[in-house]
Amino acid sequence: MERQTRQEYIHDLEVVQELVATMGDKALTNVEQSMKALLEDDAVLAKKVMKADDAIDDMIIDVEDKCILLIAKQQPIAHDLRVIATGFKISTDIERIGDHAFDIAKTAASVKEPLNPDCKRWIEELGNCAASMVRRAVKAYRDRSVQEADEVRKMDKQMDDVFEHTFYALSDFVTKEGARQKGATQLLFIARFLERIGDHAVNIAEWVIYLETAERIHQKKNRLI
Amino acid sequence: MKMQAQHLNLYYGTHQALFDVSLEVPENKVVALIGPSGCGKSTFLRTLNRMNDLIDGVQIDGKITLDDRDIYDKDVDLVNLRKRVGMVFQRPNPFPMSIYDNVAYGCRVHGLTDKKRLDEIVEKSLRGAALWDEVKDRLDASAMGMSGGQQQRLCIARVMAVEPEVVLMDEPCSALDPISTMKIEELVQEIKKEYTIVMVTHNMQQAARVSDYTAFFLNGKLIEHDTTDVIFTKPHDKKTEDYITGRFG
Repeated sequence: MERQTRQEYIHDLEVVQELVATMGDKALTNVEQSMKALLEDDAVLAKKVMKADDAIDDMIIDVEDKCILLIAKQQPIAHDLRVIATGFKISTDIERIGDHAFDIAKTAASVKEPLNPDCKRWIEELGNCAASMVRRAVKAYRDRSVQEADEVRKMDKQMDDVFEHTFYALSDFVTKEGARQKGATQLLFIARFLERIGDHAVNIAEWVIYLETAERIHQKKNRLI
Repeated sequence: MKMQAQHLNLYYGTHQALFDVSLEVPENKVVALIGPSGCGKSTFLRTLNRMNDLIDGVQIDGKITLDDRDIYDKDVDLVNLRKRVGMVFQRPNPFPMSIYDNVAYGCRVHGLTDKKRLDEIVEKSLRGAALWDEVKDRLDASAMGMSGGQQQRLCIARVMAVEPEVVLMDEPCSALDPISTMKIEELVQEIKKEYTIVMVTHNMQQAARVSDYTAFFLNGKLIEHDTTDVIFTKPHDKKTEDYITGRFG
């Protein structure tokens, strides 16, 4: 028990975890920046976010390659295997979060007229909620904190409530204002992207719980919209 | 339970090698014993057919049962016990005689002389050990001319010939190349339908591949035992996890 062996292998596992966490940081930044671009009508920032998604796409390949190599060469088991398995799964969720941030930025870049202040307020609240979930999910992963992961899972209910409220409010607005508010229609899509970002954050939280406890938890969604 | 150890303590003179070991061996299952060198796993294996009786100064307390009968009872016939609980060793140890005579040896010791019956047993055992096709045309050739992997399968055939109920294997693949190792592993999977197997191995992946249950020994103590699925995915004891993931040596 005294002497720790397989130092290089342990280091490689740590590299995978750090890479995934860094991916998470980048995806979070892209979510925040895409929302900023949307709310502040900043097309330059929006394009910057779209470009920044390339880095996340490159990183997932790197994570996958490292994980495959570790399986082939080191035959990981127990917690080590869970590091690899969750490396695959969490990086996939993060990559999707990045894709949604890209979609939001793309929409932000294409919105021509100023957004209605009410719509802006609703979507901002949803955006804050999604970003907060991603931030806490990445923190849970980095800190290996089951408690933090549990908190993210609990936030999902709040996210769903905000999404539902936002979605119906935007739908009503679009129905009343019609073609005069093209931007509001696009906000409906963005609301959906943000809700999906929240779902991916919950997935990450569930994988963190699996990583640390080997217990499989999966929250079933009861989708209304 | 086919075999069961209850509160087993074993001493080599004044040195205690096993501490209060209790372990169940279910019928028609493969139980792998793992742990670092000197942890007591081979010592434990040898208590299951009283091989340790051959060593001077060994003292054992506790109980080991085979079909609920204590194998350390005074009236237990050792020859019969070792027929029921056979053993395959680390290094293949064929006798310096023909392939046929190696397999027939145990049956002859137990008094069987009928040539036709012996022929049947030799063929069945060699088939059972996945060796028949390779040696059927040279049964009279010396076993010493076989490859290491073939010799080990011959030793398994020799054990099977006397139709044991339990087969003990002490690192049966440690002297074999990867292909021979895979053949032995496949053989273990095949023969567990008819036999109960307890195997000592240093190869974690082998334990994971072939066994139904895994027991982890450390410093003479049984630290943890559970289904192999549990031991290799979520062991309860940190010492087990540290060992199977190679964290200490």
